[in-house]
Amino acid sequence: MKRIPWTVVVFAAGLVVPFLGSRFYTFVATDIVIVALFAMSLNLLLGYAGLVSFGHAAYFGIGAYTCALLMKSAGAPFLPSLLAGGLMSAAFALVFGFFCVRLTRIYFAMLTLAFAQIVWAICFKWNDVTGGEQGLPSVPYPETGWMGALPVIGDLRVADHFYLIVLVIVALCFAALRRIVDSPFGRVLTVIRDNAERAQFIGVNVRGYQLAAFVVAGFFAGISGSLFGIFNRGVFPDFAYWTKSAEPLIMAILGGMGAFWGPAVGAAAFIVLNQQITSYTQYWPFTMGAVLIVLLFVFPGGIAGTLMSLAERLRLRSIREPLVATEPGSRDAAG
Amino acid sequence: MPEFSFLFGQFVGGLTAAMFLFLIASGLSLIFGVLRVLNFAHGSFYMIGAYLAWQLVRWMQPASEGFWPAALGAALSIAVLGGIVERVLLRHLYDREELYQLLFTYALVLILGDLAKVVWGTQQLSVSRPPSLAGSSQLFGVTIPHYNLFIILLGPSIAMGFWYVLQKTAVGRIVRAAALDRETLGALGANVGWIYTGMFMVGSFLAGLGGALVTPIKSIVPGMDVEIIVEAFIVVVIGGLGSFWGTFLGALIYGQVLSFGILIFPRFSIFAVSVLMAAILIVRPWGLLGRPLK
Repeated sequence: MKRIPWTVVVFAAGLVVPFLGSRFYTFVATDIVIVALFAMSLNLLLGYAGLVSFGHAAYFGIGAYTCALLMKSAGAPFLPSLLAGGLMSAAFALVFGFFCVRLTRIYFAMLTLAFAQIVWAICFKWNDVTGGEQGLPSVPYPETGWMGALPVIGDLRVADHFYLIVLVIVALCFAALRRIVDSPFGRVLTVIRDNAERAQFIGVNVRGYQLAAFVVAGFFAGISGSLFGIFNRGVFPDFAYWTKSAEPLIMAILGGMGAFWGPAVGAAAFIVLNQQITSYTQYWPFTMGAVLIVLLFVFPGGIAGTLMSLAERLRLRSIREPLVATEPGSRDAAG
Repeated sequence: MPEFSFLFGQFVGGLTAAMFLFLIASGLSLIFGVLRVLNFAHGSFYMIGAYLAWQLVRWMQPASEGFWPAALGAALSIAVLGGIVERVLLRHLYDREELYQLLFTYALVLILGDLAKVVWGTQQLSVSRPPSLAGSSQLFGVTIPHYNLFIILLGPSIAMGFWYVLQKTAVGRIVRAAALDRETLGALGANVGWIYTGMFMVGSFLAGLGGALVTPIKSIVPGMDVEIIVEAFIVVVIGGLGSFWGTFLGALIYGQVLSFGILIFPRFSIFAVSVLMAAILIVRPWGLLGRPLK
């Protein structure tokens, strides 16, 4: 059986969305793509480095505020603002992470949460810069006039143009993340996750690697937050609140944090589920909570994990030979 | 220099807030100390406790002192709810990684928050002070409602009560042993499963009691669950997760930092306590009075 290049297929399918002509599809697709980057950035910590961060929203929020302030107040162009959003988040991740990686397990989670609350408090109270409780409304779209002159996509709406920009940027980020997790650096992270003590024995600078992962994850969360602020046409303190930090965790669990694409699948499922359920009932949190409990108890591997083990079982049956799972992120019995 | 009575007023205000926080955070700390689970749903138990107290007061409407049985009833109901949650669901996650436990309790936050909206709606609700404590007294030129005095006295009494039970009784010895080494205790013939359930119920009871008792002072609103849990986290982190007196100290510090922080940095008092929490985690992750975990 020839391997299907799923990444290319999904990217191509993503490119088609604006041509369906539905504002709603473009809206949902933009949401999914941006949030998928948020969840994927977290999974570098969660799935690869084995660090449970409960404050990832801090970097999402910092990126969002930085980019929005530059674009709205300073009138800076889109790409430099976006990059600045990512870099600002990475800088904060460097400072906060320096302290966080000194702690383990539950204390690590608590300290990431504490730093996120500090960021939230600043966003919430620093009225002069962040707009306080009111946030920063009406963040401008990037300049997309040049896209109007292009063939094929020239006639699309502004929102569609923005979606295409987002899609390309996020695809580049995913490619970078893929390179990172497949690199020797990524492999060392999984070694640390599986046994930090042994990694230390063979001479790995455990904290250094964890900090590097923290900064990279912060950078991509910042990019995601920057894009989301523009998409949302506004940035609000809630972006950095602790409940926001739970969302990418839920997506990672939902999709499966053991697979590279798991969190992106989880993000798509999360957003689609949200859209579907909110059209029937206003009780979305209740449904999400119930789904989450079922996942935790019945499908701890998430969607991707369950599909992978199903596929594995089918393959086993067809070739009648034991296979060892070789996916880099797969871990069933870590700990 | 501000007037003494003004400073004293701030101090009493901080102390009242501290004792409420102690009630809630002590439950969180007890649960963490024994079960090693950080329970995000603790804030939801607090909120449901408040709503239940409001509901029970309403049902007993003509009774003038209906508040007391209502508060007790609410707290006991929350204890039962906690017991069911622990018995049916949570116990199956003890062997799993922290992430699963955290997300499970977060799922409860989502579910209970929405259930409260379904049952009680989203408008603000409030309960009036019980007539027996409706008055107030003057102290150093500050008017202190009797209800607040009651809370300020209740906090230390509960702390003393727990200290006595944990340190001086056979039950307390078993609970402390469960916190130290679950397996050995089980091998010695204690029923560790029920000890866990019991501790979870006691912790939940405290959350429900805190929620019920806060109703005459604060109005009940959706969102109070996620707000209080962060405050309770900060308190237990300052004092030391799992340390009972640490929680008491943490609550006192938190209350005063918040109360006087408002005078010094009017805008950044929430900021001040978060910074305090981060600073303590950096310097002494196990808190002021806690012990480092293995």
